[in-house]
Amino acid sequence: MFSYRNLSIKQKQVVWAWGFLTVPVLFYSIIRFYPTFGAIFLSFQDWNLLGDKTWVGLENYQKLYADPAFWKVFANTFIYLLIGTPFSLLISFIVAYNLDKVRFMHGTIRALYFLPFMTSAVAMAWLWRWFYQPVPIGLFNNMLASFGIPQFPFLNSTTWALPSILAPAVWAGLGFQIIIFMAGLRSIPQSYYEAAQIDGVGSWTILREITLPLLKPTIVFLVVLSSIGFLRIFDQVFNMTTNDPGGPLNSTKPLVLMIYDTAFNGFDMGYAAAQTVVLFTILLVVSLVQLRIMRER
Amino acid sequence: MTATDIKASSNTLDAARSSQSKGPRDPMQIIRWTLLFLGGVVMVMPIVYMLSTSFKWPHEIYNLQIIPDEPTLENYIYVLEDGRFYNWFFNSLLVAVSTTVSAVLFDSMVGYTLCKFEFRGRFFVFVAILSTLMIPTEMLIIPWYTMATQFGWLDSYWGIMFPGMMTAFGTFLMKQFFESVPDDFIEAARIDGLNEFQIWWSVAMPLVTPALSALAIFIFLGNWTAFIWPLIVTNSPELYTLPVGLTTFSVEQSVEWELIMTGAALATIPTLIVFLVFQRYIIRGVVMAGLKG
Repeated sequence: MFSYRNLSIKQKQVVWAWGFLTVPVLFYSIIRFYPTFGAIFLSFQDWNLLGDKTWVGLENYQKLYADPAFWKVFANTFIYLLIGTPFSLLISFIVAYNLDKVRFMHGTIRALYFLPFMTSAVAMAWLWRWFYQPVPIGLFNNMLASFGIPQFPFLNSTTWALPSILAPAVWAGLGFQIIIFMAGLRSIPQSYYEAAQIDGVGSWTILREITLPLLKPTIVFLVVLSSIGFLRIFDQVFNMTTNDPGGPLNSTKPLVLMIYDTAFNGFDMGYAAAQTVVLFTILLVVSLVQLRIMRER
Repeated sequence: MTATDIKASSNTLDAARSSQSKGPRDPMQIIRWTLLFLGGVVMVMPIVYMLSTSFKWPHEIYNLQIIPDEPTLENYIYVLEDGRFYNWFFNSLLVAVSTTVSAVLFDSMVGYTLCKFEFRGRFFVFVAILSTLMIPTEMLIIPWYTMATQFGWLDSYWGIMFPGMMTAFGTFLMKQFFESVPDDFIEAARIDGLNEFQIWWSVAMPLVTPALSALAIFIFLGNWTAFIWPLIVTNSPELYTLPVGLTTFSVEQSVEWELIMTGAALATIPTLIVFLVFQRYIIRGVVMAGLKG
């Protein structure tokens, strides 16, 4: 007869371990793994959410490849990444590097930079959308007007709409990156700086030869994290372009918005699933490439 | 670069670390402080303008003044009389608190199990859970939606919450933190006759409370501001969360920016207050979760 009492301590532990894991294993199987394969499977099918699913092989991917709108969206998605990540990392590093050397009101200044991180992207998207409105409504154009500078089209321009949407995303993320950078700076042993000082090394050289190399794990972490964030941008774009989703001529549309549109406005579920598989592949490749590059250097 | 520069820069580094204030006589330091402070002011300006506009009459929103000439609570009265904001606020709070409690409990339980128990399949379970970190939420949304339709979870609180009941990030984070709990403690508790659940709950958990609060902050904030999934899974306005409700509300108002700013302020003020009160803990938590996660 099987009885818990007769088990050895080791065996009891095994029973407890699987007892603890039962619900989580079910959760991860049903809510994470099954849907992952479901999405991949669905990307080879045609389905309008109500009718039957039909197997279409690679048709969805071929359609995607032939769709000029997709390539526009694909490019946009990477522009968000290529502008957003370097800009936000550069600004947050400069702030963190200097804030690390400041004592007076240190906590207050840090809080000022961190505050936007605590806001919801939706609320901030509407706030910035107001900033971008033309004269006499928008704050930015009113400011420009008060200096006698001509109006700036912001969200209405095919060139400037994307950076305009990116700005609040960068702004809201700075606080987090600054905090992480500062923690990274603090973890560099003081003795390295003292040694450099004794050798009479300039502060630029210290920055380049000591600080940055030792900060590499932090930099890698933030580059990967912020890249993933910008590649998945959605909330800001959706809320800043509700009147014309994706901006003028799709100039701001990122991949996630295209997925949302295809699935929940066009009900072309198979096609949308193929787009999500592409998103997954992009995220995977970008993270792996970045990890590889950063590790080599 | 002169020798004094080197000295100054390394001294200021020391100053920052040893909390010895370097006197205001160092001009470099004054410039640095001033620029940082101005940058900080610029950072919060958007939020200041949002709050300021929410207290303005429609005819005043066009001027650049921060303090309105005739401040008014009219916008707040209008937005709150609408009644829906209370509803959305409650929904967001319910969803965020429930998912936070669930995720913190389950993540720490799984993290503990993977860290402190020895059993066959441990490594496999760990790698399997870790691998889900690579899968973006957006990829799962369509299957979740289908699943929610089949099980009748659409347009319900459970429908909003179920994807976030456990997180791989939290599991990994808690596993890292349980490494610091000495095995001797657990062994001693076992000899004292505590069962494994009691050991986890009353011996191990109290030793990782800073990590638990760090995780709770992250998960709460993530769920409080979550947008795409609540947008998809809810249909009836009574079930909207604050971000989804705010979108609907703002689209309705279209040009009444002072009302939109009031709605945005109502969605922002609670987290800002929480931040100002628990600033120290939140920043420490973010660092902990960010670096170990």
